[in-house]
Amino acid sequence: KDKEEDESKEEDSCSQENEASRRKNYQGKNSGGKTAGEDRSQQRGKKAPTKDQKESENKEKKVNKKGKEGESKQKTDRKNSTSTSSNSSDEESPSEEELAMLMEQVEQKKKLISTMRNKPWRMVKKLSVLREAQAFVEKFEGALGKGKGKKLYAYKMMMAKKWVKFKRDFDNFKTQCIPWEMKIKEVESHFGSSVASYFIFLRWMYGVNLVLFGLIFGLVIIPEVLMGMPYGSMPRKTVPRAEQATAMDFSVLWDFEGYIKYSALFYGYYNNQRTIGWLKYRLPMAYFMVGVSVFGYSLMVVIRSMARNANESTADGDDDNFIFSWKMFTSWDYLIGNPETADNKFASITTSFKESIVDEQESNKDENIHLRRFLRVLANVLIICCLCGSGYLIYFVVKRSQTFSKMQNVGWYERNEVEIVMSLLGMFCPPLFETIAALENYHPRIGLKWQLGRIFALFLGNLYTFLLALMDDVNEKLAEEDVVKNITHWTLLGHHNSSMGNGSTATPPPLDPADVPRGPCWETTVGIEFVRLTVSDILVTYITILVGDFIRACFVRFVNYCWCWDLEAGFPSYAEFDISGNVLGLVFNQGMIWMGSFYAPGLVGINVLRLLTSMYFQCWAVMSSNVPHERVFKASKSNNFYMGLLLLILFLSLLPVAYTIMSLPPSFDCGPFSGKKRMYEVIQETIELDFPLFVAKIFSYVANPGLIIPAILLMVLAIYYLNAVAEAYQRANAELKKKMQMQREEEKNKRNNKTSTNPMMQDLEDLFTPSTKNESQLKQAEDKRRDSPHGNSPVGTQGKAAALDSSPMPGGRGAAFTPPPRVLVTQPLTLGVRAPYPGQHRPRGHPLGPVPGRGRGQPRY
Amino acid sequence: VSRLHGRYHEMAPNVVPMDYTKDPDVKLPMQLIINMPELKENPFKERIVESFSEDGEGSLSFNDFVDMFSVLSEMAPRELKAIYAFKIYDFNTDNFICKSDLEKTLNKLTREELTAEEITLVCEKVIEEADMDGDGKLGFADFENMISKAPDFLSTFHIRI
Repeated sequence: KDKEEDESKEEDSCSQENEASRRKNYQGKNSGGKTAGEDRSQQRGKKAPTKDQKESENKEKKVNKKGKEGESKQKTDRKNSTSTSSNSSDEESPSEEELAMLMEQVEQKKKLISTMRNKPWRMVKKLSVLREAQAFVEKFEGALGKGKGKKLYAYKMMMAKKWVKFKRDFDNFKTQCIPWEMKIKEVESHFGSSVASYFIFLRWMYGVNLVLFGLIFGLVIIPEVLMGMPYGSMPRKTVPRAEQATAMDFSVLWDFEGYIKYSALFYGYYNNQRTIGWLKYRLPMAYFMVGVSVFGYSLMVVIRSMARNANESTADGDDDNFIFSWKMFTSWDYLIGNPETADNKFASITTSFKESIVDEQESNKDENIHLRRFLRVLANVLIICCLCGSGYLIYFVVKRSQTFSKMQNVGWYERNEVEIVMSLLGMFCPPLFETIAALENYHPRIGLKWQLGRIFALFLGNLYTFLLALMDDVNEKLAEEDVVKNITHWTLLGHHNSSMGNGSTATPPPLDPADVPRGPCWETTVGIEFVRLTVSDILVTYITILVGDFIRACFVRFVNYCWCWDLEAGFPSYAEFDISGNVLGLVFNQGMIWMGSFYAPGLVGINVLRLLTSMYFQCWAVMSSNVPHERVFKASKSNNFYMGLLLLILFLSLLPVAYTIMSLPPSFDCGPFSGKKRMYEVIQETIELDFPLFVAKIFSYVANPGLIIPAILLMVLAIYYLNAVAEAYQRANAELKKKMQMQREEEKNKRNNKTSTNPMMQDLEDLFTPSTKNESQLKQAEDKRRDSPHGNSPVGTQGKAAALDSSPMPGGRGAAFTPPPRVLVTQPLTLGVRAPYPGQHRPRGHPLGPVPGRGRGQPRY
Repeated sequence: VSRLHGRYHEMAPNVVPMDYTKDPDVKLPMQLIINMPELKENPFKERIVESFSEDGEGSLSFNDFVDMFSVLSEMAPRELKAIYAFKIYDFNTDNFICKSDLEKTLNKLTREELTAEEITLVCEKVIEEADMDGDGKLGFADFENMISKAPDFLSTFHIRI
């Protein structure tokens, strides 16, 4: 998208530059300027792909470069031709008035430059107006300061321009770094904008994950690996003697036991030393803060994205007034470049029109409401049963896996049972829901929302059941720990005694780390579980795509020759790209990452790899084995829906982590918080030891419940207040809309010479027959004033309509020049900000008429 | 822009010059332009090209070419797009979208799959919905009012190049 912005701005600016130079030559000014201009324009033509411009900056840049050298001669010509009064006033010290007037003119030209893009003029006209405005600005801008102040002013302007140029170059560089733009464009042209929105979402997630990975990797993993104790030096970092024999086996590694378990990927590896290395890097503190900031950053990013989406979709609710018009004018997706997709699109448009016609024609559907309701209730009951069933199944399986882990000789199936069951559920339940939902007979869009909600509930239920079972596991481990602590203690003591038994007073040789009895590190276990879940989820997704899409496509394509019925048209045919399923999968995957990243710092890295490969793999799969959708899918509104889901998952995944941080004691012999009673004690420790005394006091005051509870109350009140304000605005909005509509209907009726249908308006009319005209005009004026946030729709459009009427005449450049100033003037008048411009014709013949309170006195000349 | 220029050039290499500093007066005829892959499948391609062409015949100079793609790009403001969309759908260029314009639009959209009855019904509905000043056809104000509320206008009225 940004690249697009890039390109279009390039188009504008560079074409303008080319045009300008061409124009210059065409107008046959002196050759010196011409050659200089040529050189520069050619140069710029080559540099064009690397430049990014915003409209005004572009002008300023041109003014900077070109104005000085190439155009100087032209400028002098122009200078001579423009009003000599201002020239002479430049020479002498300009009087206050003239200066102010000059400033206004410059401002006006600048405004014209910045709004140039919005004008629907032909390129040539835009360019000529642009250059004139620029020359004007350039000439007078520097001259606006006085004396010494003049130089400073000019200097400031130059610095501002340079800064703007730098920003633009930086932006340009940034947009060039956006990956996969061409791939997405290809997918878009084949499948339409809704499928492409999935890939854009994927790309966005990749960006977020990359940042998280950078945070975790840079602040936690690298310091521990570089500056912490190496592998093998401490008990927690070494594979226990008992496991060493099998530690390198692939099957063990695949389960993330063995060497991987005792590596920096998992929580258990980290040392609880307060500071490590010569930098005195406080690792435990860093670990804790990074864990918290992962959630904080994700929250910020998701909310910012939601706000942006909400801004773009300014449609207030589902305006059903324009169904047919919208269908007619906005249903064709201009991005489609593939004949097959185009065919599909035509077909879907036709079907959609037919559907709407049918809807329109049958006013009252004679149907059995009771039957419908009964069926819907039945369907919901069935689905709730399914959900409970799946929840119980998962719980049962997790319990079984705990008993398995205690057994020996577990087969591969038993080891991975949990993940297999969860993935199978995720694969089969959604189609089941869909078939049950056929009972309900909803409108497709509503049906889709229900379907998504149900799948969401399914996944959520699964995840939380899984967590609950895990919690049981953790509690068990905690109980075990106490036992192990004792054993360790006694072993060490025994070891000391035995080595000192010879009577030597030398320090006993340290027990080899591999031999120290180890506590069950519950955090690492949890981390391992999440990692395994994620990995299996990835595998299942890929295999589903491979089998479900690719193999199916191959089968349909090749076996079709020797099959009874047409495989391509009937069952199974080619697969369509399941957008919602894929997006949900992505969202849930991210939820699992958030949950697990505190206990397994390496998880985010795995996810980054997964997203990267997923992008390429899915792009390939989509292009090779999917067909475009048959139904039209509204992409715009769903974006916020998916963001909302993401936000929900973020909160839900924050809860377990926060709970464990706050209430579970960390293991005594592994991880950065070992030895403490609670994980968050690391903060207190840091504050006490590292910061001066008064900071600790401040924090102890702040952490006082007496302070926190009022703060929370205040925030709740603020939310309530903002909500009330927002509602008030919405009500005012609705009222204005109603008023506008009423007024429009009135005018319509008047024009059709019908009697007013609104009895209130009729009464009003009867009362005020002579001054009806003024009344409506006054109302119009008031509406316009209050409508300023709505954009200058009534007045602006009239102005624009006037401009439109005259501007499409090609070659009518002179005539088309007068409407634009009018548009400019009406805009400021409605906004009520600027005084009318001197030196402009004030076409007061527009419908504002006797506007009360608007008279600003005569403009100065 | 140089990329656009490259595309423009490759459509008619012998006519379009690489060097634009001499301000050549080169126009490409409509036939070449509507065969571009981005426009080929579009049912309104002739109208698009016509509304951006300076002489109204459909030949685009490089200026017009750039103009066209800049309006159709993502960054063009909504009002500008609305203005050009109005021009595109106005088949008889009388600055109003009258019923015959609507019928032509509909036929192009559905490739004439609808019956005549359905066509009239739809056109009447459209006029009923969008016509605010009651003249039986859509003026620009009506069109803009209607399109400004459409949620997917910006995303569909967009060509990536």
